[in-house]
Amino acid sequence: MGTGITSVLTSTFRLDERGLHMGIQNIQSKEWTVHDQMNAKKQRQKKLRRLEKLIPVFLFLCAIISILTTLGILYTLISSAIGFFGEVSFSEFFLNTEWKPWSGSFGVSPLITGTLLITGIAIIVAIPLGLATAIFLSEYASDRTRRIVKPVIEILAGIPTVVYGFFALTFVTPLIQHVIPDLKIFNALSGGIVVGIMIIPTIASLSEDAMSAVPGNIREGAYAVGATRFEVAMKVVVPAALSGIIASFVLGISRAIGETMIVTIAAGQSPTLTLDPTQSIQTLTSFIVQGTSGDTAYGSTIYYSVYAVGITLFVFTLAMNFLSQYISRRFREEY
Amino acid sequence: MPLRNQDDMYKRRKRRTAKNNIFRTLFFTATTVGLIVLAMLIYRVLSQGTGSLSWDFIRNFAAPYPDEAGLLAGIVGSLYLMGIVAIFSIVVGVSTAIYLEEYAKKGKLTTFIQMNIQNLAGVPSVVFGLLGLTFFVYVLDFGYSLLTGGLTMSLLVLPIIVVSSQEALRSVPSELKEASAAMGASKWQTIFRVVLPAALPGMITGSILALSRAIGETAPLLVVGAATAIYSLPDSVVDSYTVMPIQIYSWISKPGDEWPLLAAAGIIILLIFLLIMNTIAVLIRNKFQRRY
Repeated sequence: MGTGITSVLTSTFRLDERGLHMGIQNIQSKEWTVHDQMNAKKQRQKKLRRLEKLIPVFLFLCAIISILTTLGILYTLISSAIGFFGEVSFSEFFLNTEWKPWSGSFGVSPLITGTLLITGIAIIVAIPLGLATAIFLSEYASDRTRRIVKPVIEILAGIPTVVYGFFALTFVTPLIQHVIPDLKIFNALSGGIVVGIMIIPTIASLSEDAMSAVPGNIREGAYAVGATRFEVAMKVVVPAALSGIIASFVLGISRAIGETMIVTIAAGQSPTLTLDPTQSIQTLTSFIVQGTSGDTAYGSTIYYSVYAVGITLFVFTLAMNFLSQYISRRFREEY
Repeated sequence: MPLRNQDDMYKRRKRRTAKNNIFRTLFFTATTVGLIVLAMLIYRVLSQGTGSLSWDFIRNFAAPYPDEAGLLAGIVGSLYLMGIVAIFSIVVGVSTAIYLEEYAKKGKLTTFIQMNIQNLAGVPSVVFGLLGLTFFVYVLDFGYSLLTGGLTMSLLVLPIIVVSSQEALRSVPSELKEASAAMGASKWQTIFRVVLPAALPGMITGSILALSRAIGETAPLLVVGAATAIYSLPDSVVDSYTVMPIQIYSWISKPGDEWPLLAAAGIIILLIFLLIMNTIAVLIRNKFQRRY
């Protein structure tokens, strides 16, 4: 131990001695090397920083992909629809009441009524059930019940639509046939009902979010003047959360319009201008599937007609989405 | 002298509480409808499908006879497809989210990108199929291949990944970032070593949920030409392919009493995949969820 200390001391001494004898210039040059080292490090860092400047560029390019997707959709639909309207007139498309593309009738109205029929039935099922579920979960259920039930309801939203289609065709249709014996095997009714079931979680979950966001003191104020739970729900919470609730309805409707597999499987492939839910119909979406699968030739009128139907569908859902965003932004109550 | 008749008030209150009770029952019933339908759906699928489940069902290709047909091509195709979707959509989606949350200046372009993503999330999936049909099948000439399906599906689930990643990034407290910056870390160092690790569980959860959406989607793949019956596994990304939902769909639409049973068996396998993925997502969320 003694030797250790001595050696340290000597080495310090030596260093001091060396430093003393080295003269000022040497010390300066030593400082230079340190400086050089720092410079080199700075250079390296500069290089890294310059590389880092490229990162936001890459990230930005990725962000642009979403815009390109939208532009791509618009370009695809519009350019092919123009090709279609070069062969089939606007008036034929909108005014003719027959959709028989394989024999040259391109009147889109049966597909639109088919879509509206499905959407209408879905709304009748989903809005009362969805809203009631939301009110129950937000106003009546205990915290624990809500934490268990809400995710289970949301499972309904995660089930693949082909599974719903199977359910509609092999279970709901035979069930309804007990009540309405002359129901067709492929019919709008069971398709619409199952589409409605599919959008229940959209409506229930979003409405529940909107209602939970209504501050508790408003609720408590109403309870304090003697309101029942039902009165609080209907006269205080629902009006306060109305923008969110309506936005959830519109979003649900938009999903019902765009739903494809359930209606393709359960509602049939026969475009009929009817509002009779027991009939077999075809929607905009299920024609797109029918028109693209199989042996439709690229560039034929039928091929283009798929895009004309696609743009009709796109306009419908886009309008619904904008409406939903507008409602939730414009009529939002701030507390 | 009382201003109101006591009896009247009593009756009114009784009516009001009775109304409350009736509606509570109604609301409760409505809630159970959703749960009952879910239970019936699962029961129905299980009761119809378990009979056709066997190792051969998983090992066999499609076949003209129900008792020989299997889901192998669909299972493998779905897994390949998910691989492509995962690579493409997670890279692009997470990058977009980082850009929007950490780099983008508040302005018209950022608002536009943000709104655009919201709108894309509302576009029907079959329209994405049309986009894929034009661009990937014909313009880029990928044909009816696995790559076409994967890219189409990636664009479809991109908004889900972007939005969930944004939420995960937003939940990282700014103190963490500031501390890192105060230690001399550059912006990217902060993002890569502090923000991303903290946001990772949320991002993984969102990505798994997006993938589980992709594995169940049928319509866009029908449009971009996934095959309904295929007798060999895809060798490369430009090979033709099929996925589980497409095989199920083709079995549902076949005439005969036995095909629906086979479809139900396929649905069971599909639901098992979804169950596994969602369980993983929930487990990750619960295990790593940190509240700051």
